Amino acid sequence: MPPKDEIKDNRLTVSFSPHLHKDESVSRIMWMVVLSLVPAGIAGVAIFGLNSLWVILLGIISALVTEAALQVATKRKVSISDGSAFLTGLLLAYNLPPDVPFWLPIAGSVFAIAIGKQIFGGLGQNIFNPALVGRAFLMACWPKLMTTFSGPFDAITQATPLAALKEGKLIEHISYLDLFLGKHGGCIGEVSILALLLGALFLFIRGYISWHIPFTFIFTTGLITFIFGGTQPLGAGAGFGGDWLFHILSGGLILGAFFMATDYVTSPLTRKGQIIFGIGCGALTAVIRIWGGYPEGVSYAILMMNAATPIIDRYTKTRVYGA
Amino acid sequence: MVRLEEHKHSTENKAIEKLPLPAKAYIPLSQHLGKISIPEVKAGEGVLTGQRIAGVAGHVSAFIHSSVSGKVAGLEEWPHPILGRCRAIIIENDGQDKSQIPNPRSQIEIDRLTPEQVRNIVFEAGIVGMGGASFPTHIKLNPPKPVDTLVINGAECEPYLTGDYRLMVEKTKEILQGVAIVEKCLGVKNVVIAIEDNKPEAIKAFSQELRAESYELRVLKSLYPQGGEKQLIRNALGKEVPQGKLPFDIGVVVHNVGTVYAIYEAVYLGKPLYERVVTVTGTCLTNPKNLLVRIGTPLKELIAYCGPLKEDPEKIIIGGPMMGMAQYTTDVPVIKSTTGVVLLNKKEALVQEEEFCIRCGACVRACPAGLMPCLINLASEKELWAQAKAYNCLDCIECGLCNYVCPANRILTQSIKRAKQEASK
Repeated sequence: MPPKDEIKDNRLTVSFSPHLHKDESVSRIMWMVVLSLVPAGIAGVAIFGLNSLWVILLGIISALVTEAALQVATKRKVSISDGSAFLTGLLLAYNLPPDVPFWLPIAGSVFAIAIGKQIFGGLGQNIFNPALVGRAFLMACWPKLMTTFSGPFDAITQATPLAALKEGKLIEHISYLDLFLGKHGGCIGEVSILALLLGALFLFIRGYISWHIPFTFIFTTGLITFIFGGTQPLGAGAGFGGDWLFHILSGGLILGAFFMATDYVTSPLTRKGQIIFGIGCGALTAVIRIWGGYPEGVSYAILMMNAATPIIDRYTKTRVYGA
Repeated sequence: MVRLEEHKHSTENKAIEKLPLPAKAYIPLSQHLGKISIPEVKAGEGVLTGQRIAGVAGHVSAFIHSSVSGKVAGLEEWPHPILGRCRAIIIENDGQDKSQIPNPRSQIEIDRLTPEQVRNIVFEAGIVGMGGASFPTHIKLNPPKPVDTLVINGAECEPYLTGDYRLMVEKTKEILQGVAIVEKCLGVKNVVIAIEDNKPEAIKAFSQELRAESYELRVLKSLYPQGGEKQLIRNALGKEVPQGKLPFDIGVVVHNVGTVYAIYEAVYLGKPLYERVVTVTGTCLTNPKNLLVRIGTPLKELIAYCGPLKEDPEKIIIGGPMMGMAQYTTDVPVIKSTTGVVLLNKKEALVQEEEFCIRCGACVRACPAGLMPCLINLASEKELWAQAKAYNCLDCIECGLCNYVCPANRILTQSIKRAKQEASK
């Protein structure tokens, strides 16, 4: 239509200020996080084989289907294109061993979306990280399947480095480099530290995550495992000398610290709160790993701190101008 | 505070042009914060440019003057840029622009003026804050306790607007003469002129002129909302106005450059406030400009002067895009607080659908008042006014930044404005 010199009054849009908006959206944030997780997925499939690819795809598809079905059932707008259910399914699958039966990621994703997210009202309303809710459910129901890991490049069952440590076995044959590259048993998406750091770097550069949670989380875990994680039993000769680097590079710490603890919905709003949250996650992880019954503690640490988020928010309000 | 896309390039280097006078001026009786003015002319009466046509209705009020010469056509309800509709005095322009005998004052006369006399001149000239708030200026020249610092606000932080910038470049000396009047009137020791670093020509002009003066030029980073009074005080002086207090409580008064220029015109030239600089801009216009416009000129004349239109405007904003008001008709007139007219096209004016808050905290980090907008919004939606108040909603300066940064397109600012209203009941 050619512009008219006469502006018709009844055509004008009248809306509240501000009339400018930053070029950003919830779905773009979600898809960017998905994108940042792609290298870790590729590494996982390369290390553990095609079975893990099916696990990932099934995790994603069942998350999407569950979300859509529940939204249709409750007569709300279907919003699976916003990337959030995709991300939950992806993260749930990344937290599974590579050779689990195919129904396991489905069960996990359905639970994660239904109980972890939709029951609270959907995106933004949940208290706990949905993927971790799914994982906790699977751990409670099928602990054996969830802790049987195949080694890299073959399907021979092997303990994860952390499990081996827990059982008091020596793990001399694993070098820091192997841990860094992911040449050891573990969950699909957690093993390749290199790939995870690449994705995390991307999120940092784009400003989607800040250092406050991941840095304090990893630092605290490293510090406590260094102080108390020595091979000597606590008591005589205990303290200082724990293999902190081994703890940082093993298990789900890097995946959890950069991609799960940083979930906006379930972490504190202010930077001060995020630092407290990160320290809490790190301390709980170290406590579970050193003194707890599980070799790994990242998911439970994050879930517990998720529960603490409202109270952290309450006591870390921002300073009001002139107060 | 956030650095915004400026959109100032299309008008920042364009000298102020005089817009031809309107055939009819529609002069609303409310152009300031405070009581609506009382008309002093009747239909059929002849008026001169600059003649007083409405009187004050109390202390917080301002005189209104005719912006053209001619005949009063009547008093009517007319579209108003802020109130929607308001009574306006309509004046038919006779095209003569006959003025009352101008009353310029000599420097000697001005030097002899007492603060009381200056305030009276400003009061008679109907001057209000020209940055957009339109608080009557004579009151701000008479703070209830002594002040020691005057800050001249040359931040012009709203995107698109360049009127203050042009004024600072083209009327540097006059503004400084105005500053001297205000300085003397307030009896302050320190004068700080604050300009954002995206206005290099203004900074150059002022630093050249300031060699002879004892005023301090403070160049600030371009951040929105730098021009907010309290934000400017923090960034230019390094101190904060305590919660619930006003700048004069810490010995500071802030005046906008446009206001200071109006004070200069009133004191030196004896000219009341009947015209102002308005930036007319936006992608829809072929020739965006900075215009000197008579109060009461309908928007359509400003738009036509900057046309032809490249595309149909979808939204027309009076003021800047962050705090300005969307208009429903181009019949609305320019008033004393009209800083700009921004025409947005369909794409720019698209109103996005509101989604759920994902607690990303972007609003919390952006808020220049240190509030947590997402939490006030939740309280406001549930109409929990006591809770909104506990989250300090009353400290909101309504700058719109939370709304701007929100990835979920939540209507934060409006919901906080509502909370402010309800919580202060």
